[in-house]
Amino acid sequence: MSNVVSLCRRLPRLAVALLAALTFATPPVGAQQTAVTAFVGAYVIPIDGDPIDDGVVVIDGSKIVAVGARGDISVPDGATIHDLRGKVLMPGLICTHSHIGEPWAADSSDPIQPDVRTFDAINARDAAIQRAQAGGITTANIMSGSGHLMSGQTTYVKLRDAGSIDELVYRFEDGRPMGGMKMANGTNPQRAKPFPGTRGKSAALVRAAFVRAQNYKRKIDAAGDDASKMPDRDLIQEALLEVLDGTRVVHHHTHRHDDILTVLRLSKEFGFRVVLHHVSDGWMVADEIAAAGASVSVIQIDSPGGKLEAVNLSPKTGAILEKAGVKVAFHTDDPINDSRLFLRSAALAVRDGMSRDGALRAMTLSGAEMLDLGDRIGSITVGKDADLVVLSGDPLSVYSLIEETWIDGERVFELTNADDRIYALGGVGATNARFFTLCCFGNGTGSTTR
Amino acid sequence: MKTLTTALAALALSIASAQDLTGDVAVYGDRIHTMVGGEVITDGVVVIRGGKIQAVGPAVGISIPDDMPTMRAAIVVPGLIDARSTLGLTGLLNQPGDQDHLDPSGAIQPELRAIDAYNARDALVDWARGYGVTTVHTGPSSGALVSGQTMVVKLKGTSVEDGLVVERAMVAASLADAVRSGDGAPGTRAKSVSMLRAALTDAQGYLAKRRAAVDDDEQDAPEPDLGKDTLADVLAGDVPLLVTAHRHQDIASALRLAEEFGFRLVLDGCAEAHLMLDELAAAGVPVIAHPPMMRIGSMTSDRSAATFELPRLLDQAGVPFAIQTGYEGYVPKVRVLLFEAAIAARYGLPFERTLAAVTIDAATILGLEDRLGSIEAGKDGDLALFDGDPFEYTSHCVGVVIDGTIASDEVR
Repeated sequence: MSNVVSLCRRLPRLAVALLAALTFATPPVGAQQTAVTAFVGAYVIPIDGDPIDDGVVVIDGSKIVAVGARGDISVPDGATIHDLRGKVLMPGLICTHSHIGEPWAADSSDPIQPDVRTFDAINARDAAIQRAQAGGITTANIMSGSGHLMSGQTTYVKLRDAGSIDELVYRFEDGRPMGGMKMANGTNPQRAKPFPGTRGKSAALVRAAFVRAQNYKRKIDAAGDDASKMPDRDLIQEALLEVLDGTRVVHHHTHRHDDILTVLRLSKEFGFRVVLHHVSDGWMVADEIAAAGASVSVIQIDSPGGKLEAVNLSPKTGAILEKAGVKVAFHTDDPINDSRLFLRSAALAVRDGMSRDGALRAMTLSGAEMLDLGDRIGSITVGKDADLVVLSGDPLSVYSLIEETWIDGERVFELTNADDRIYALGGVGATNARFFTLCCFGNGTGSTTR
Repeated sequence: MKTLTTALAALALSIASAQDLTGDVAVYGDRIHTMVGGEVITDGVVVIRGGKIQAVGPAVGISIPDDMPTMRAAIVVPGLIDARSTLGLTGLLNQPGDQDHLDPSGAIQPELRAIDAYNARDALVDWARGYGVTTVHTGPSSGALVSGQTMVVKLKGTSVEDGLVVERAMVAASLADAVRSGDGAPGTRAKSVSMLRAALTDAQGYLAKRRAAVDDDEQDAPEPDLGKDTLADVLAGDVPLLVTAHRHQDIASALRLAEEFGFRLVLDGCAEAHLMLDELAAAGVPVIAHPPMMRIGSMTSDRSAATFELPRLLDQAGVPFAIQTGYEGYVPKVRVLLFEAAIAARYGLPFERTLAAVTIDAATILGLEDRLGSIEAGKDGDLALFDGDPFEYTSHCVGVVIDGTIASDEVR
C-alpha cells in the first residue's frame, strides 16, 4: 500500500519520468546523477555553524554531501537545481515528545510497564504524521501518555510517508526499534490501586522496580558462562536493564519543582540517563538541573494552569534554563500543541528572553542529541541525513510559512500541492489518512468522508 | 498582623480609587491604529480624561498637561476585545471548585447568569489582560443545548460589578457535539434541534401571554419563570441567541431555527463555515469564529474540518466576524487572543482586518461599537500598547490601559 501511496502522490513527477523513459530508448545522459539535488540561493541556517547568505546545500540520495556559500561549493554536473533564492533553509525539526500515531502502549493493569512498546501500537498512516510533516517535523520521539510511572518504550521515528511503523523507525545497532523509556511523576500517575496514591509511594514503586532489575542483573552476572544458572528471560527486567546500562534514555514527564528534584535524585541513585520533559516549574530549579547535568525538553504553553502542577508555568523557562547552562529542546506534546505550528515554541521562547541561536538549536540539534541521534540528524552537515525544511522567511516570524519538508532526500511535503496543503492549513480531509484521498472519496471538495 | 493587613488593604484601595477617579493618561505612539476607516496616525498621541478618550491625533498638535501620566510605545491599538470566552468562569486550577462554565443538571437552562459566576480575581483574568485584552464577552460554555446568559466585562477591578459593561449580552445555545452526552441531553442532531424548538415554542406561548397581559388588564400575566422569561426576551429580539455549531449541517440548523422563530442569531465556533460562505453572507448573520488554533481532534470530531484560513475566507466572503478564545478543558486553560489573531494574520487575513476582528468588529457584534473598539473622541479609554507588530511572535505587549487607568505596564 505504501508504494501505491507514494506512487500516486508522486504521479505528476512519475509521469514525467515515464514520458522521458519512453522518449529515450536509453537512459538520458545524467540519469545516474538524478539523485543529486542542489538547493541553491537560500539563507541557510545549518545550526552547527553560522548562517550562510546565498548558500548551497547538495544532497546525494538520502545524505547531505556539501554545504557552503555559492562560489565555495561546486555543484556536480547533472544535479537537479532547486532554486531557493529568497527562501530560508534549515534542518528538519525534531519533536522530542509527541503522541501522533495513537501510540497508546501501557494499559491500566500496572503503573510500571517497561516491557510494553509504543512500536507495537503506532498507526503509521495517522494523518497527524502528515500534519507534522507540514509543520517541518522530520523526526519525532513518539510515546505513551503520563498516566503511568513507566508507560513503556518510546519510539524514535523518521516521519516518512509510509504504510507501516517498520518503515519509519530508527533502529539500534542490533536492529531493534530505537527508543527511550517513558516515565512520569506528580499527579498524572496517581490513581486507584494498583497505581500509587502519593508522591512518596510513586518514588518507592519506581525504586523497587529498579532494585528488582539490579537483582536480576546480579543473577545474570553470577551465572557467567553457565547457561544452567541463567535466570529465565524476563522482558520487564530486560527493558529496565537497558535503562540502567544507558541504552535507553528515560524521557520523564515532570512538572512541579519537587517532582523534578525527585527525578534527579532517582537518576543519581540508579545511574540512568534522563531528559526532563515539560518542567513547568523548571525555572525554579534551573541551577539544580544544571548541576545534575540533565537535559530538558520544554513545552511552551500559551497560558499557565489547566492542572494543579502547571499553575506556575512560565514562558520564560527556556530562557532561564539556557542561562543556567542547561541543554534545552522543545516538544509539541501533540495534541497539546499542534505539530503544524511547532516553530511557535522557539519564537515564543525568544519573545521571553531565550537567544535566537539557542531556540533554533533547541528545535533541531539539541533534540537530536537527546535522542542519541546527534551524529545523524539535527543540522545541515556533510554526512548527515538530508532532512530539510524550506521556509518563506525567518523561522521565528509568524508570517513565515513552511513551504517544503524533505526527509532522506525526498520531498514529503509541499505547500503548493493541493493534498499537502490540506494537512498544513486544515479543511475537509485534514484528519484523513493519506490513502483515503487517492481513491473514490474526493479530498476536500465537499466530500462526505472525513 | 490583622491591623497591618487591613491597613495595606485600605492603602491598596485608596490607590485604586485614586486611579479610578482620575482616569487620565496620555499615550504616545509611533503608530496609532485608530480603527476608524483604516486611519493610522504616525507620531501621535491619545489623550484620555476621566476614562474617556478626549483627543487623538499627531502629537505636535496636542498639548498635554505637565501632571498627566504618560506612556509611550511603538504601536498603539484599541484595547483588544475577546468576542467569546469562558474567562473568569473557568479558573486557573481546573479543579471542580473553580470551573463554573457548565451546569450538568439540565440541558436547557437559560436562567443561569454569567454575573453570578465570574471571578474577577482569577489569575487567568490577569494573564489575558497582560496580552492586551481589555474587554471580554464571557459566560457559560457550549456544552449544553442552552447553557445560560453571557455578559460583557472589562478586565478591571476585583468584582464583576467593577468591570461590568453588559449584564446579559447573549443567551448561549449550542448544537455542537459537546451537547450530546449526559443525563437529559439529546442523543442525536435531530433530537437536539427538536428540544430547542420545543423550548422556543414554549417560550412563544409564554411571550404571547406576557404581551397580552401588558396590552390588556383583563389578561393574567403568565406565572413568572426565569428560563421562559429569558427565552421570551430572545424571541422578542431583546437579546441575541448565540448558537455554537461546527458541522455545516449544524450551522444550517441554526440558520433554519432563526428563520422559524425570528430571533437575532449570532453564530459561534463554525469550524465548517468555509463550506457555506454564500449562505452565511446571504443571511447576514455574524460569526464569532473559533480560535484559529482550536484543536481539530480526530476524524470523528465535529471540528475535524476546521481550517486556519477561516478568518480570511469569512472576510473575503463578506461575512461579519470576530475572533474568540473560546473554551478549553485542559491546557492551555485560556487561549491568548493576541496569539489566536496572529494565526489568522499568518494565514492571509490582512493586518487591519485582523486587528478589526479583535477590536471594532468584535465591538459591533456585541452591539458596543459606540463605546468600544476604536480610538476616537468620546469612546472609552481602552488601549493596548506594543513594541512592534502586535501579531509578530517576538513582539511584546508593553502596556494596557482600561478606562484611562494603567492596568498593566509589564512587558509580555
